[in-house]
Amino acid sequence: MTATRNHASVTSEGVAPARGESGYMAAAFTPRVLAGAFGLVAVVVLAGEAWAQLNSGAGQAGIMTTLWKWTPLILFGPKGEFGGFVLNIVVSFLAMAIGTISGLVLGLGLISKFGPVRSVAWAITQFFRNSPWLVLLFFVMLLTPFQIRILGLSIPLPAWLKATVGLALPIMANIAEIVRGAVNSIPTGQWESAESLAFSRLQTLWRIILPQCVKRMIPPWMNWYAILTMATPLISIVGVNDAMTLTQDALASEQRTDLLMPMYALLLLFFFVYCYPIARWTIRLERKYAVRI
Amino acid sequence: MEGLWDFLRSLHDAYGINLVHFYDTFERGRMLRGMWTSIKLAAVCIVLSVLIGILGAWLQGSRFKVLKAVVQGYIQFFRNTPPLVQMYFFYFALGPQMPRVVNEYGISQPMLGSFEWAVISLSFFAGAFNIEIFRSGVEAVQRSTVEAAESLGFNRWQIYRYVVLPLAVRVCLPALNNNLVNLIKTTTQAYAIAVPETLFVASQIWSDRINVFEMMVTLLTFYLLLVGIFVWLMTRLERSLRVPGFGQ
Amino acid sequence: MTNAWTPDQPIVSIKDVHKSFGPVEVLKGVSFNVRKGEVVCIIGPSGSGKSTLLRCINALVPIEKGSITVEGQEVHDAALDKLELRKKVGMVFQSYNLFPHKTALENVMMAPIHVLKRPREEVEAQARRLIKKVRLEGKEDAYPGELSGGQQQRVAIARSLAMNPDIMLFDEVTAALDPETVKEVLVTIRELAEEGMTCMLVTHEMGFAREVGDHIYFTDRGIIVEHGPPATFFSNASDPRTRAFLSQIL
Repeated sequence: MTATRNHASVTSEGVAPARGESGYMAAAFTPRVLAGAFGLVAVVVLAGEAWAQLNSGAGQAGIMTTLWKWTPLILFGPKGEFGGFVLNIVVSFLAMAIGTISGLVLGLGLISKFGPVRSVAWAITQFFRNSPWLVLLFFVMLLTPFQIRILGLSIPLPAWLKATVGLALPIMANIAEIVRGAVNSIPTGQWESAESLAFSRLQTLWRIILPQCVKRMIPPWMNWYAILTMATPLISIVGVNDAMTLTQDALASEQRTDLLMPMYALLLLFFFVYCYPIARWTIRLERKYAVRI
Repeated sequence: MEGLWDFLRSLHDAYGINLVHFYDTFERGRMLRGMWTSIKLAAVCIVLSVLIGILGAWLQGSRFKVLKAVVQGYIQFFRNTPPLVQMYFFYFALGPQMPRVVNEYGISQPMLGSFEWAVISLSFFAGAFNIEIFRSGVEAVQRSTVEAAESLGFNRWQIYRYVVLPLAVRVCLPALNNNLVNLIKTTTQAYAIAVPETLFVASQIWSDRINVFEMMVTLLTFYLLLVGIFVWLMTRLERSLRVPGFGQ
Repeated sequence: MTNAWTPDQPIVSIKDVHKSFGPVEVLKGVSFNVRKGEVVCIIGPSGSGKSTLLRCINALVPIEKGSITVEGQEVHDAALDKLELRKKVGMVFQSYNLFPHKTALENVMMAPIHVLKRPREEVEAQARRLIKKVRLEGKEDAYPGELSGGQQQRVAIARSLAMNPDIMLFDEVTAALDPETVKEVLVTIRELAEEGMTCMLVTHEMGFAREVGDHIYFTDRGIIVEHGPPATFFSNASDPRTRAFLSQIL
């Protein structure tokens, strides 16, 4: 599900060429684009405002005022509760952390010397990379208990935490692919020279290979973070109080059709303002690391 | 067939494995219609998003700065906002602004239904990525090859149609494949605006029949198959387009 | 047509042509005429503006000052019908520039079919004749990637000839080839010249220029330094720059 920007294909070996096509974009990235997007939203909001002026009954607040009124709720959630855009961001951080750590392990499984481990890791990777995100999310939400018991203690599992795990699964599989691609891109001479210095395989990986991989893994890793962030509104479907849910709540309580476009545009803008700089930064790093190996 | 259904029914009685969506005619009908809707949705979106990609890449080569900026703005907007919110924006915010039409029963209904809005939203979403993919392919075509076509009297459109596009498609097929696979997976999102596609139908069946796990397995198998078949087709296309001595 | 050109007038007429790329002026007032059926060779050190001059004749690059007419028609006129010009002027490039996704035969057929809109059967018959003419019989269905450099270049010549041009421009067409295959391309060009095709060649093959050329132009730093028929040009070059160049090459 959602915004896979050029992740490596199901059949392709390795990740390196997957984002190649974004290179040329760098030239097109200008502040003008940012201004353009802001302009677009502004036009939508103002058009809505004008529409409201024409149709407004007595006692209705202006669009800007209404948007401003709801902004704190959509950004930070209801008072004393965990929700809103902040929740989207926290979920994205957590899912990324879980996905990265488990993805590293899975990625090492993909390059294991032991055949069965490699096969199992491959099957897991393919399964989670090719399943729709929303289906995986439902899977985790509906098939895990709402609490777990450890040593007689029952620990509740809140919906947002389960949703985080659901989103972390496809991230895990894609990070594993990134790890595999990066390790494979290190020249074999590095392995050989480490072996001749009597490093064990694990030592070689940990001390020599992986440190060299970090740089080339960062841009695709960031790319996946952006994709993940843009997938977080999916958790509204499974009943988490994220920015999407709260926007719909706000619209439901206002009951005004003239607010529909501005409210959704505002939510789109929140995500754009957060994700666009990440996309630009990713491309910059990509170019920087592409020059020297 | 009946034998198979009886066997599946016996699985339910003996082991509690509830595959009612196979052996029950009504549920099976629902399920198949849902799958067909998913396939239709994916197919239409693939075609439209590819057309958007081709057109957009062509417009980006235009001399008009304003046109280029508009295409660029479109790409950046759709690439950097959540596809689900885009879909809600189209369906809930733009949808009500559309004129209403009277259907054959004399009832007024929106001009575009949820399926159509899903098509529009998903096509625009995937199309933004396709423009960049095609554009990178176009840029990989050598300037000198274009010059040769120019010197033979081809005009701008003919050069694009007969020289640049065929070469660009070959270059960007792997990236296009990725994006379209992603589009197929993203069609599940149409669930959110109640398009009766596979996930939506499955959720109805599992709430009626309380067989969440069985439905999940069916769902995942369906999508893995769908993606698998698409990738297989694309690989065949790639192979049939392969030109000796070009690329690799 | 208001064009009063007759075959006894120069087919290509170049007058005081200036062209710059940014601050670098590559052509600083070049003038000469080419008569119908003449074979003109342009020689000179790299960067002297030879290739640019050919590109200007074909309107691939615009000029800043001066005039170029082909069959009496001004090339650098905003109202110019580029299609008309390019039907008259064929061009062959140093790097062949064949369309890699089309077979040899299809490469030859493409422009007549799509640009001239001629019927396919007729075009195919002509294309097969042309492939034969450049001695590539049997290679009709090969893709460019499967052909040697010399073979590709001959397909490129056939591709240009398929437009039935009045003039052929050759831009260092043998420069990218290995010595053995240079000859096969030169044979093809010589046959064309013998048939009376008007040819303009930018070349480093002095022996060839001497053999087939009717007139040699030596350019250096954007101007024509010296010119003349090959017999006098190669034996009695008067300008020191020409002599220095020839002594390096020969």
